[in-house]
Amino acid sequence: MFDTSAFAPALPEIALATSVLALMMVGVFSDPKKALGRVSFLAVLVLVGTAALVVITGTDYRVGFGGLFIVDSFAVYMKILVLIAALCGLVMSDGYIRREGMARFEYPILLCFATLGMLMMISANDLMSLYIGLELQSLSLYVVAAFQRDQLRSTEAGLKYFVLGALSSGLLLYGCSLIYGFAGTTNFVALAHEMATMESAPTGLIVGLVFLSAGLAFKISAVPFHMWTPDVYEGSPTSVTAFFAVAPKIAAMSLILRVMLGPFGDLIAEWQQIIWFISVASMILGAFAAIAQTNIKRLMAYSSIGHVGYALMGLAAGTEDGAGSVMLYLAIYLVMNIGTFAVILSMKIKDRMVENISDLAGLSKTRPGMALALMLFMFSMAGIPPLAGFFGKFFVFSAAIDAGLIYLAIIGAVTSVVSAFYYLRIIKVMYFDEADETLDAMEGKAMKGILLVSSLAILVFILLPQTLAGYAATAAASLFAG
Amino acid sequence: MEIGLSHYLAVAAVLFTLGLFGIFLNRRNVIVILMSVELMLLAVNINLVSFSAFLQDLTGQIFAMFVLTVAAAEAAIGLAILVVFYRNRASIEVDDVSNMKG
Repeated sequence: MFDTSAFAPALPEIALATSVLALMMVGVFSDPKKALGRVSFLAVLVLVGTAALVVITGTDYRVGFGGLFIVDSFAVYMKILVLIAALCGLVMSDGYIRREGMARFEYPILLCFATLGMLMMISANDLMSLYIGLELQSLSLYVVAAFQRDQLRSTEAGLKYFVLGALSSGLLLYGCSLIYGFAGTTNFVALAHEMATMESAPTGLIVGLVFLSAGLAFKISAVPFHMWTPDVYEGSPTSVTAFFAVAPKIAAMSLILRVMLGPFGDLIAEWQQIIWFISVASMILGAFAAIAQTNIKRLMAYSSIGHVGYALMGLAAGTEDGAGSVMLYLAIYLVMNIGTFAVILSMKIKDRMVENISDLAGLSKTRPGMALALMLFMFSMAGIPPLAGFFGKFFVFSAAIDAGLIYLAIIGAVTSVVSAFYYLRIIKVMYFDEADETLDAMEGKAMKGILLVSSLAILVFILLPQTLAGYAATAAASLFAG
Repeated sequence: MEIGLSHYLAVAAVLFTLGLFGIFLNRRNVIVILMSVELMLLAVNINLVSFSAFLQDLTGQIFAMFVLTVAAAEAAIGLAILVVFYRNRASIEVDDVSNMKG
């Protein structure tokens, strides 16, 4: 009758898609007052269920939809990271969206659709599925950025994100069309075969690759395509910024890993220079531009640009170790950012949200727990041992050195010292400045739980770096198996 | 004169560049930016379809269909965001999209 084996690899995604559509119906037919609570609760369940399906269906190499869709251990690893990020993002936003007058049930649904797009990006095995996944994610994110629709800042962030996102999609697509034209196929496996048998790559193909990497660099907000990031991070509702800072970054990063190392693995001589430059520029800008910031969301934007630079260092190495180190870095980045944003989302004075660094003054005396946790995250982001952030940087640096990219590693170390300045400044403000006003206590068990778990994870990482690095290495190996 | 692949590619490249410059050089109206984005996507479609005809391969045309579909969704979302922005700012001039600077 009907062969389902072609669809089986995408079971978690299909389940997620149908459940989100059902959730939309639940939202529409519920009492408007209860709709958000009900849909949020169900959305959390749906995401947990999807994560369970991803794990249960296993890491065996499978290809579905006539070669458009791939599942391997790399995809499973990345999908779990994205789902954790989405889940935490959803749970953390609940209190915020109610306080800020954006309590509409479309919010969790849009986040779920964005997550679905990310899962499809991670599993893309063809330029077409890459594009569709990317757009599903981006279109949902444009809307959530402008979700606080009566606030000028939020709508402006949405508009900027939309215009620059559409531009980057255009660049990416133009690259795809050139690659298709000069290689004759859009499938990653066929492309890899084509590259391996080609004597020298035609210029059109290289131009296509450059456009494609420019489009992808936009999505991970690497310099020189970062200009949207600070504005969008500052203007978007904070709960959305918390989501932006993690999940889409991980998904786009896994896309860039798969595209560069898979189909274009044989063209490493051509793209290594590009990635090298992007990585250096992102690290330098992330370190220096953040120094002058007073708004903590803007600071986190520059910090995330810097972190993308470090992660790209592992990709520039182009080796299996390099890919593994990027994946480990992303996992650590996820935990650090979720923890930091749990604190930022709790920054309010007498029920009014504040987002200046100076508002943290005296936090160590008024809210010692929050200050301690934020100090841990800041130390970890600065890369100070024995916290997890140190190991993330360590593995990336050693992969770069093994690949002979000494200068890249040196620049990385220097910018890491520079960026320590602004991370330590936050700690100084919390511990040594006098408080004018006291921040409100943290609300919600879920928020406290997320903060506690992420700070513990940062602390105890030193006990088991090899185990986690092992998972990342196995997953990275599957990228090179094809 | 025979019209070959290179002519189609040249037209697409010109359209794409026009779209790109339309986004960066335009300092007046956000609607023009939306039109420029559309122009870029159409340039990509010309590329895809002409390659598809040249290679005798259907993939490019299928890809073009997807691009068309997504472009429609993108225009709808872009206009919706523009409308909420207009409600707050009462203007859609590009220079007015500058509440935040960095």
